[in-house]
Amino acid sequence: MKHFRKGDGERSGLFTRRALVLGGAQAVLLTALAGRLYQLQVVETDRFSSMAEENRVSMRLLPPSRGLIFDRAGVPLAVNRNNFRVMAASERGRGVDVLIERLDQILILGDAEKARLLRELRRNRNAQPVVVRENLGWEEVARLEFNAPDLPGVFIDLGQSRDYPEGELMSHIVGYTGRVADEDLAGRDDPVLQLATMRFGKKGVERSLEDELRGRAGAVQVEVNAVGRVVRELDRTEGQPGANALLTIDLDIQRFAAEKMKEHQSGSVVVLDVITGDVIAMVSTPGFDPSTFARGITQAEWRDLLDDPQRPLHNKAIAGVYPPGSTYKMVTALAALEAKVIDPWSRLPCPGYLELGKIKFHCWLKGGHGSTNVSEAIAMSCDCFFYEAARRAGIDRVSDMAQRLGFGKVSELGLPGESAANQPTRTWKQEKIGKAWQHGDTFNLGIGQGYMTATPLQLAIMTARLANGGYEVQPNVLLAKATSREELAPPAPRTKPTAPSLRLNPQHLAVIRQGMSDVVNAGHGTANALRAKQPEFTFAGKTGTAQVKRITEREREMGITQASLPWHLRHHALFVCYGPVDNPRYACAVIVEHGQAGGATAGPIGRDVLIETMKRDPSRRTDRFKKMASR
Amino acid sequence: MSLASMGSPASLDAPAPIGFAEKIWRINWGLVLVLTAIAGVGVLALYSAAGGRFEPWAARHAVRYGSALALMLVVALVHPKVWLTLAWPIYIVSVLMLVAVDVIGKIGMGAQRWLVIGPLQIQPSEIAKVAVILMIARYYHGLRREQAGQFLYTLPPLAMILVVVGLVMVQPDLGTAMMVLMGGAALLFVAGVRIWMFLAAGVSAVACLPIAWSLMHEYQKKRVLTFLDPDRDPLGAGYHITQSKIAIGSGGMFGKGFLKGTQSSLNFLPEKQTDFIFTTFVEEWGMAGALVLLGLFALVVVWGFSIALRSQHHFGRLLALGVTAMLFLYMFINTAMVMGMLPVVGVPLPLVSNGGTALVSVMFACGLLIGVNVYRDAQLPRTR
Repeated sequence: MKHFRKGDGERSGLFTRRALVLGGAQAVLLTALAGRLYQLQVVETDRFSSMAEENRVSMRLLPPSRGLIFDRAGVPLAVNRNNFRVMAASERGRGVDVLIERLDQILILGDAEKARLLRELRRNRNAQPVVVRENLGWEEVARLEFNAPDLPGVFIDLGQSRDYPEGELMSHIVGYTGRVADEDLAGRDDPVLQLATMRFGKKGVERSLEDELRGRAGAVQVEVNAVGRVVRELDRTEGQPGANALLTIDLDIQRFAAEKMKEHQSGSVVVLDVITGDVIAMVSTPGFDPSTFARGITQAEWRDLLDDPQRPLHNKAIAGVYPPGSTYKMVTALAALEAKVIDPWSRLPCPGYLELGKIKFHCWLKGGHGSTNVSEAIAMSCDCFFYEAARRAGIDRVSDMAQRLGFGKVSELGLPGESAANQPTRTWKQEKIGKAWQHGDTFNLGIGQGYMTATPLQLAIMTARLANGGYEVQPNVLLAKATSREELAPPAPRTKPTAPSLRLNPQHLAVIRQGMSDVVNAGHGTANALRAKQPEFTFAGKTGTAQVKRITEREREMGITQASLPWHLRHHALFVCYGPVDNPRYACAVIVEHGQAGGATAGPIGRDVLIETMKRDPSRRTDRFKKMASR
Repeated sequence: MSLASMGSPASLDAPAPIGFAEKIWRINWGLVLVLTAIAGVGVLALYSAAGGRFEPWAARHAVRYGSALALMLVVALVHPKVWLTLAWPIYIVSVLMLVAVDVIGKIGMGAQRWLVIGPLQIQPSEIAKVAVILMIARYYHGLRREQAGQFLYTLPPLAMILVVVGLVMVQPDLGTAMMVLMGGAALLFVAGVRIWMFLAAGVSAVACLPIAWSLMHEYQKKRVLTFLDPDRDPLGAGYHITQSKIAIGSGGMFGKGFLKGTQSSLNFLPEKQTDFIFTTFVEEWGMAGALVLLGLFALVVVWGFSIALRSQHHFGRLLALGVTAMLFLYMFINTAMVMGMLPVVGVPLPLVSNGGTALVSVMFACGLLIGVNVYRDAQLPRTR
């Protein structure tokens, strides 16, 4: 037993020593743990705290409510409508294929949509949600909610989508919105544009007022869990809704004008207030249905719109270019008068044609008009008078006068896609055609043919500047804009133009206007049939027929007439007018594409629209706005 | 110490058998209190991990701890000679169960750690851990001092350890295998195996690293690589450890407050109720809470050492020290892992993590430890 005890004592001694070593080692390890805790929780705690915060807190932008658009009386033209939409977000692109398949089973997406979703979800690195489908019905919402457990990252979002109550009627002016494209981002660093639900103006006022209509984004700080689901809201800064806009358009007159254009395939009407430059109506037919863009246009619909020969997407009032024809004759006359190469009483002969070298320049009236002064020449639209007037004034003076009256440049009325058309000059021909200007070119320009082109808007501007006594009035479509609905009101009516004067001799202007009045109101006028029945709506105008294809001598002998040509080769019919004749307020320009004869086709439309405008006199009727606004 | 010397001054050769009241008195009630405190931390952390609810973890944990505590007290009152006798059968049964798990795992394709016997789900590796401690303690109890230092006598316990380590490793459960290996090594060290043998083992282990690497599963290799460089794959395998460090670090000195941990409540933490329970707790209670918890574990370890040193028999010494080393390793590997000091190997935090088998096996081991104190002056024959 003694041996046993002794042996155990030795063992126990060794055990004790080694146990102490082991204990020491454990103490060291424990100290290491404490040191690590100190490092993480004291030394680096700030860094880890901010990382935890980044994990937890996510900033979400609140898309602002887009500003509304009204006509001058306050009738809504573009409004916002509640829109239930399905959104999907994926964590680092995981499980996207399965998710899309399941969504397809519920919503029936189609291959093109599936490909788009796949692309957007893969590209999307920072897990921003993408739009799967908009404008959901109640049944679709219910089906999605029912299947929610199988659809991680999918949620239903209440957003707003754009609605255009007037549809096609206002399609070219109001325009439409679409998804934000890469080129829309250029020069704009507004973060709200990164949102998948955001819409961006693509055409019309939606486009030109985009930066005002959009508003400022609000932001909400939310707490999210590890899969990005929102747990609760921490903080919210409200954004600012976009500004509301009041347009100069009078919807009643716009509708009336569109109604008048209906019987013709393609054309345009512009009505201007000659004092303020307000665009009272602007119709371009055919139009398009902007709601197809609001709900997302299909590839096929888009192709159809693009391929239509009558170009429904094209706003012909500002982007359609046509030879102005006889409506240009006032420019030639005014240039010659101002250059003092003719005076108001000068009579020029018209034997039916003028000869320049070996080329004969015909008047439209075969036997000629005999001798006419300037106002008679306008009233009867004598070509020879204006060949000679242009020849005397010279190209430089004619095109200078044309530019002062608004040709050859964009007016910046506040709509995108405006064309400057072409007001030819010596240098223009040298640069573009590579040939020197010829006398024959001057002859052609004198009657608004040849290289000369203009937009219907430019014709209306010219007419307005002649009518208002020579003031450089600028057209505009925006009457007022304001963020709050209360501040949105039209400016006080004006009766005198505020635009700078063109410094034209009033006597010359009076002669021109006399000629234009005689066109309609004198027995020898080309459009005497159009004269107003009621004296208070007496107006002045000028017809025009613009050549698309020249009918040669030989063809004429073969009996080819305008009516026998195919539609796209027939003449364009033009008419410009203003009224009331002795105190002008409104100017109107009409083009009926391939309408053959200005007086017969475009004339009645111009007369009816102008008289309707004078009847309603939108410039003086602000009470209409007040009535609408107070509803 | 005083109890031991007072209880047996006159009867060195044959101490009088102690009565039941004495046994109850000798149970280390302070240690029981510390263990209960640790389990209390577990209930707190699990309550928070469930988002401030007793379901599904906290309540069950409390109930489990209650029954495991009863088991511990029963085990503590069993005479060590019973364990001396049962060491072999327990070891053999646990090895057989490990083999069964491996075979079923092979058939079932995939990692398998569970054995279902009737209504029970048993994790044999948890039993094997205790069995190895019992076996080695029994083995060295029967050796003389000189024999313990000899190389040949070191081979049988080494084999006992390596059989279990090998079987656990192929499950594959790297964490438990490492714990058995390191726990076994600690026991051999205090049993008196010579230092040079440890050095030789260490050198050969380093030499074998490439082989071990080639035997490892892809996900295990990934874990090791990720441990060496967590930023290698911050969204994949490194995600867990990065999020855990963020949670702990953002806790700061005094934590975010009970139920206010964002990392765990928002699910940034993986396995927040099991392997990462320490993180959940520390995020909310800060370094102060962490030090209290580590302090409680340190108390358990100190208590274990003092029980080991006071035992009059070698079996008791080794058993107590083996259990203590096991608890320490559990705690150390888990906390070091969640703080990014060790690879993620899947070791729970004893008494705190949610999980039944580990809790029962830890409390069973604690029962053995307390039993050593209750029967510290029992006479145990050296020969088997």
